[in-house]
Amino acid sequence: MALWFVFALMTAAAIFAVLWPLGRTRSNAGGTEASVYRDQLTEITRDADAGLIGPTEAEAARVEISRRLLAAVDAEGAASVGSSPGFRRAVSLLALIGLPLLAIGFYLPLGSPAMPDFPLATRNQSPSPTQPLDNLVAQVEQHLEKNPTDGRGWTVLAPVLAKIGRTDDAVRAFRNAITYAGDTAARRADLGEAMAMAANGVITADAKTEFERAVALDAGEVKARYFLGLAAEQDGRGSDAAVIWRDMLAKGPADAPWRPVVTAALARVGGSAPKSGPNLPALSEDTIASVQGMNAGDRNAMIHGMVDRLATRLKQDGSDVEGWLRLVRAYMVLGERDKAKSALADAREAVGSNAERLRQLNDGLKDTGLDG
Amino acid sequence: MIAEAGHYALVLALALALIQSTVPIVGARLRDPALMNVARSTALAQLLFAGLSFLALTTLYVTSDFSVANVFENSHSAKPLLYKITGVWGNHEGSMLLWVSILALFGGLVAAFGNNLPLSLRAHVLAVQGWIAAAFYLFILMTSNPFLRLAQPPLEGRDLNPVLQDIGLAVHPPMLYLGYVGFSIAFSFAVAALIEGRIDAAWARWVRPWTLVAWIFLTLGIAMGSYWAYYELGWGGWWFWDPVENASLMPWLSGTALLHSAVVMEKRNALKVWTILLAILTFSLSLLGTFLVRSGVLTSVHAFATDPTRGVFILLILCVFIGGSLTLYMWRASSLKQGGLFAPISREGALVLNNLFLTTACATVFIGTLYPLALEMLTGEKISVGAPFFNLTFGPLFVPLLLAMPFGPLLAWKRGDLRGVTQRLMAAGIAALLAVALVWAWTTGGAALAPLAIGLGVFVIAGSIVDMAERTMLFRLPFGGAFRRARGLPRAAWGTAFAHAGIGVALIGIVCESTWNTEYIGTMKPNDVARLAGYELTLKDVTQRQGPNFRESLARFKVTRGGDEIGEMTPSKRNFTARQSSTTEAALLSRGASQLYISLGEEAAGGAVAVRMYHKPLVLMIWWGPVLMAFGGLLSLSDRRLRVGAPKPAKASRALQPAE
Repeated sequence: MALWFVFALMTAAAIFAVLWPLGRTRSNAGGTEASVYRDQLTEITRDADAGLIGPTEAEAARVEISRRLLAAVDAEGAASVGSSPGFRRAVSLLALIGLPLLAIGFYLPLGSPAMPDFPLATRNQSPSPTQPLDNLVAQVEQHLEKNPTDGRGWTVLAPVLAKIGRTDDAVRAFRNAITYAGDTAARRADLGEAMAMAANGVITADAKTEFERAVALDAGEVKARYFLGLAAEQDGRGSDAAVIWRDMLAKGPADAPWRPVVTAALARVGGSAPKSGPNLPALSEDTIASVQGMNAGDRNAMIHGMVDRLATRLKQDGSDVEGWLRLVRAYMVLGERDKAKSALADAREAVGSNAERLRQLNDGLKDTGLDG
Repeated sequence: MIAEAGHYALVLALALALIQSTVPIVGARLRDPALMNVARSTALAQLLFAGLSFLALTTLYVTSDFSVANVFENSHSAKPLLYKITGVWGNHEGSMLLWVSILALFGGLVAAFGNNLPLSLRAHVLAVQGWIAAAFYLFILMTSNPFLRLAQPPLEGRDLNPVLQDIGLAVHPPMLYLGYVGFSIAFSFAVAALIEGRIDAAWARWVRPWTLVAWIFLTLGIAMGSYWAYYELGWGGWWFWDPVENASLMPWLSGTALLHSAVVMEKRNALKVWTILLAILTFSLSLLGTFLVRSGVLTSVHAFATDPTRGVFILLILCVFIGGSLTLYMWRASSLKQGGLFAPISREGALVLNNLFLTTACATVFIGTLYPLALEMLTGEKISVGAPFFNLTFGPLFVPLLLAMPFGPLLAWKRGDLRGVTQRLMAAGIAALLAVALVWAWTTGGAALAPLAIGLGVFVIAGSIVDMAERTMLFRLPFGGAFRRARGLPRAAWGTAFAHAGIGVALIGIVCESTWNTEYIGTMKPNDVARLAGYELTLKDVTQRQGPNFRESLARFKVTRGGDEIGEMTPSKRNFTARQSSTTEAALLSRGASQLYISLGEEAAGGAVAVRMYHKPLVLMIWWGPVLMAFGGLLSLSDRRLRVGAPKPAKASRALQPAE
């Protein structure tokens, strides 16, 4: 309500600015040309004294300016002052009705009058009910800024960061957790997952290394193995992926919560669950979709969008080898082999002059199935 | 509420601008003073609302209100307060808001202090200002609205481009905009004169202070931008003939020409049609600069965002205003009366020569800037027109201009005595020749032309001194008398001398820097010593430090010369987390007008760091020159005769006498 009151006050001030001169009967007439010419005459005298203009020229100039002065004085005398009450009334109406209408007409489609301000100060003091998580995260981050070696803090913070989508920060947090709270298979696997999320779902070489480390620490680490399978799938080695996942299903407990996900993944690469494993209740599409957190259409659109963005970014800055690899792999996963090939050609061109990067690129491409 | 109030204030400013652009013109046709005065009150109210809007956006930045999309995209809560404020115009939307706020400021100044203007002229001028303002308010509201909100305010902003997180952003854009936009007043005066079909010496006197204000700010703005690029970008270069720089140089050149031709028009009632054209061209070039920078046609640090609709909109504004004003000019210019005859050798003649060279120089810059763009658009072929083109065209044009410059102020109006002036300038010529000889003997290497160019610079400075000595009769009168004369001189004369000397100072700086600049590029480990121009620079250590919103690696260098320690230099490289980009913070050490310059490169393996070091002789003179020029402009502006709205002296009766 206060906002509309302020708007009304402002509008009133604007209207007043238009009406004010209209209401005044006597207004100042403004300056005149004559005064300028009078100044000029004194100036000529001064210039002549200083020798900046010859005596004869000064005299000629004086005559010239005086002639202009006379003309200006004559013109001023002749100028009439008009008054048009009708038009003044029209302008008053324009100001009273047209101005507020125009202002509101422009403002309403553009503005958001219902929205309050959100300055940082109030955000920090009173945690808004819609973002308790963000506030907690901010507090933990502040704490960690002061105590960067608090391994437990990092362990708590990292998965939350990953969940709210700050994947780059999550990667850093998981790294810190590993550094300060100890190297475990689960943390390695989480780190790899965060890296994959940061790379828009593509398992990068770095992420794959993390998963391999996790498996090396604990051969039974479920998440790492699942993602290693995914990495194989993304590299176009569907059968390898199927081997990993089938092995997981065969060895895992019957009531493991991850079974549906792995089974679905296995179905995707064309394998079926091992016969020896316990029979699973058939999963509806919906369950799988909700497990993934998104329906298939949206996810597809999202992935395509991410890949397109990556492609545009690389067009502008082609020096990012890891990015090129990710792009080529992403096209392979999406089944767009032609695009993958053209991206590869672009990548070669972009890094062409740099031997180190070219080697990195070729290494990375070995397992994609494109001619390396 | 602040965000919405600021938004609404902007809309109200648009509504007022629309009224300001129509009612006064009708009022002038009907000769109704009340309607004409609507221009004045609406201009002041428009200033109030544009100012409120700008203030609102600034408040939103200071309080880090990320529910405003523009603040979220360009600010960060950890940013120091100064950069929160300067960040307001460190982005496209905010900078356009600054642009219109300054436009409203100039309109308001004309309304408040334009008492000495005839009523109808003031009404017309403010109406034209209203057109420009309305066009740009529409542009902001339609394509680049800084007050759009986000339904889900994020917790943290995306931070400002790190290169812009510098004190330079606090000074350079406002100065430059004050210059660009200030020329809109000259433009409005020109269009108003064309509409009224009446132009005379008085017009030039009224338009001159506004042009001068714009010119002073543009001079300082360009110089500041150049110094900023010099220390921030880490290449040690101060002018790159970058299209964006050229976009600011073009209005400066034509604005300088306008300043001089307006003098002829005011004093001698000559060059009227030409002065009007220059006023139109100068502001058109300012608009063109805005278009080039803001449309995304060019990519550089200045192009904050690229959006085709914006480009099309600005192009439209450009076409309407430039095309419209030039059409009006073609239509009405022939009806303007010519006046004031003069001999070729005279002050007027010298100023015409000045205009000739300045506009030609401006044209070369125009071609060099736009030709590659046009070619790329038409044929898709990319060419780059760089320093060699400009050095070959711009340089030769400036040499005769500078040679003629000292003659101008010494020549008399109407008919001058060239031989007499040459005799009086003999002292300056001798000083220049001495300087050439000294430089030749003293230096080794470098271009053969460099000593001659320095001689030219000395000639220009000495010419200014001779001019003032002549006017005060320094050597002919006893000192006391000369001092009295000096005080009695119009300040504009002093202004001319300072501004002209400033050009000479800048020229000497430019020549010295580009000829005898020495550099050292290499990787250094702690305790390595680099030798440069007689200085020894020892890398002491490289440390890491946490700043408010960045992390930096800081190198400390000990600078000695012949064993004596002179000082310490600490260049650094900053890494900004929010944008994941880095900047180089060069370290500068001034010795007189010369500078040592260190910037850090990438860190190599084993604690070594890549460094670039330069010794730049007399480099500071490049910027002292423009400061001197601006100071000269300020002196000229403070001249009583030009002071805007100054009470009129009561000398009418005495001055009227010669009119018999």
